[in-house]
Amino acid sequence: MGGMSTTHTLVIPSATRYLAKVRRFITVHARQAKLREKYLKEVRLAVDEACSNVIEHAYQGKTDEKLQITLTIHPTQVIICIRDRGRPFDEEAYRKPNVVELSRKRRSGGLGVDIIRRLMDEVEYSSEGNRNEIKLVKQIHSSSE
Amino acid sequence: MSNFSVAFRDSGSTTILTLRGELDAHTAPELESAIKKCRDEGKTQLIVNGHDLDYISSAGLGVFMAFIEDIRTLDGDIKICALQPKIYDVFDLLGFPRIYHIVDTEEEAITLFEQGIQPI
Repeated sequence: MGGMSTTHTLVIPSATRYLAKVRRFITVHARQAKLREKYLKEVRLAVDEACSNVIEHAYQGKTDEKLQITLTIHPTQVIICIRDRGRPFDEEAYRKPNVVELSRKRRSGGLGVDIIRRLMDEVEYSSEGNRNEIKLVKQIHSSSE
Repeated sequence: MSNFSVAFRDSGSTTILTLRGELDAHTAPELESAIKKCRDEGKTQLIVNGHDLDYISSAGLGVFMAFIEDIRTLDGDIKICALQPKIYDVFDLLGFPRIYHIVDTEEEAITLFEQGIQPI
């Protein structure tokens, strides 16, 4: 891909209290890159959901592990990679959630992956050894629109 | 330190929960305790005012899913009002407006309770 791109990295402990820090990280760098507010909000929510899932499911609540988040802003897309060393996400076992059904079952979880898929243009999970990576891609249009 | 808070206020037979700040996986347990407290005190006509709510993720939406069945079984409901458009968009993304009453003002939510109107 042509044009300039910049990458920023944040490492956080695997605890939900750091999610606000992740959102600030996305906000600051996306604003610097003059990303439109609409995209910024969508990317920020998707990254929050992905990190929340890593903390809850990959690390199963262990708070002394780490997550690495890299944000790369290209002229036409934003790419975020979230890396962890926990339990890999089982894409085959994933079922799209139904809010009515979940409410009847009094379930509070299971919406995050659906939100990520609805907001991002590409979502890719990969695992190698004990390293997992979630790659999120959002196509962006000119900020002068 | 949390960047989220819930305040309670009774208005006739309804209880209004005013949310402030950011509702995510870290702060959702605070909303969960607040709704649980209302349910345990027999308060089941709940209005959640989201005017000062600046952020919500699925963990926040999940709290509504976890309690709505219990509250409706007790002849109550959780009605949501005064959401900023950016917050409404998140509820809308997963189809919550089809299952929950999401209205503009507290007064509208109170009227729905008075008229006994339930969603679906």
